[in-house]
Amino acid sequence: MKGSAIRRVLPGFGLSLGYTIFYLSVIVLIPLSGVFIKTAGMGWADFWHTVWNTRVIAAYKVSFLTALSAAGINAVFGLLIAWVLVRYKFPGKSIIDSLVDLPFALPTAVAGIALTTIYAQNGLIGSKLEPLGIKVAFTPLGITIALVFIGLPFVVRTVQPILQDLEKDTEEAAVMLGARRWRTFTRIILPEIAPALLTGFALAFARGVGEYGSVVFISGNMPLRTEITPLLIMSKLEQFDYAGATAIALVMLVFSFIALLIINVLQSRISKRTTSA
Amino acid sequence: MAGAITAHLSEEASVRPRHINESGFVRFLLISIALLFLTLMVILPLITVFYEGLKKGWDVYVAALTDSDAKSALKLTLIVSLIAIPLNTVFGIMAAWAITKFRFRGRNFLITLIDLPFAVSPVISGLIYVLLFGAQGFFGPWLDDHGIQIVFALPGIVLATVFVTFPFVARELIPLMDAQGVAEEEAAVSLGAKGFKLFWHVTLPNIKWGLLYGIILCNARAMGEFGAVSVISGHIRGETNTLPLHIEILYNEYQFSASFAVASLLVMLAVVTLVAKKLIEWRGSKWQSK
Repeated sequence: MKGSAIRRVLPGFGLSLGYTIFYLSVIVLIPLSGVFIKTAGMGWADFWHTVWNTRVIAAYKVSFLTALSAAGINAVFGLLIAWVLVRYKFPGKSIIDSLVDLPFALPTAVAGIALTTIYAQNGLIGSKLEPLGIKVAFTPLGITIALVFIGLPFVVRTVQPILQDLEKDTEEAAVMLGARRWRTFTRIILPEIAPALLTGFALAFARGVGEYGSVVFISGNMPLRTEITPLLIMSKLEQFDYAGATAIALVMLVFSFIALLIINVLQSRISKRTTSA
Repeated sequence: MAGAITAHLSEEASVRPRHINESGFVRFLLISIALLFLTLMVILPLITVFYEGLKKGWDVYVAALTDSDAKSALKLTLIVSLIAIPLNTVFGIMAAWAITKFRFRGRNFLITLIDLPFAVSPVISGLIYVLLFGAQGFFGPWLDDHGIQIVFALPGIVLATVFVTFPFVARELIPLMDAQGVAEEEAAVSLGAKGFKLFWHVTLPNIKWGLLYGIILCNARAMGEFGAVSVISGHIRGETNTLPLHIEILYNEYQFSASFAVASLLVMLAVVTLVAKKLIEWRGSKWQSK
């Protein structure tokens, strides 16, 4: 450490970095590598058969599509909520702003049983939708609603600060030049906040793919129809099929790492944008 | 990831010429849609928990909370949080110190690695410790020989909780300490401040609100974690059941009122967390403007 080109005036570099790497290894890196080691012990054919059969593919599809639609819904309504919170004044705004964080603070199991009760056939909203032929609880639609709940703060809290800092000059110039409000929004504002919106979307999507607690109650857990991938891992564990559970976990981990990488690239672009502005 | 989405918003939108704003009708419409969406998605579930919990009367509600299994679940949840939070707080401070006060190769990569637990599904967070310490795991036979139990016991639940709450404190402190730079600490060093004293008297006063917020977020997640703990706890009633697992068991046994009564405890925890966040933001902005 002493030979470094940068003169270090402050104390504790070796200790703090050493402890950080030690703790990170013990809690995160070594345990996670267990997934790779365990899967490496399986034969290739065995592995392929475990992670690519009808039931597993159906679970990937359910996880992917519900998380994607939930992130899409959140991108629209999250942007709208962020917009309303930044641009308008109305009574109770401060409380509403706090409530956006509730999905972060509320345990997922609590959200799960509450949403299931509301959207079940005899529930407050479920009973209104039933005569219209719309079933929510125990269908992919129910899973999507749970994931909308979980993902909402990600979009709002990523877009909000960018919207807050938005320079209004260009917007005003557009108005001077005769642009209508909607046109100003799509041509001037939307391109500015697009990276943040995309990051929020990606965060909500990544979280949704892995989510378990809120979904397990409302999904009904029917194989091929409403079984999500984390639940498949869980049911394999309950049958003591550790190798099978680990193989599917590996597929999910690789997917999550790629998602994390994309999110990091997006976020560094946003910070470049805001610092250069 | 949580750090990137924590917004500290205190300023109101500045006053703008009338013709640039949306018309009153559009504004009303947008606010209405936002409120309706939040009512359906967020407020309604909150009310449902209390309504369902109290539906069969106050006595049933109290009975569910004073039940011996509920009490031991609450106790276990508190013990797990009390172990997990200090561990992650010390780590968070160490990591933020190394990352923000010094420049070294691989710094950004280290930040990404710290974020890793956020990207991992809770179920996998539990699974990795079963693979290490379970009966068929890498260290399983050795632990068995020495009579140490980790999986289906307190140590496993603590490990899974530490994993899922791993980045919270570090994620709050890194942007904060990065923004504050090293000038104050360097000045203190030149005046003779050393080691821990430097941190305690110079750095800590500057980061205390951010640190507190990180700890509160960490606590909320630690007490509410379901998926990871569910994999590793074994669901032994009165022994390895945390509050969220107790809620699940009651719900699956169709004891809905009792389930929602216990759930209402965790809703109160969530509300306290949000209020604390608001207070800290308010104190923080007041302190900054001084």
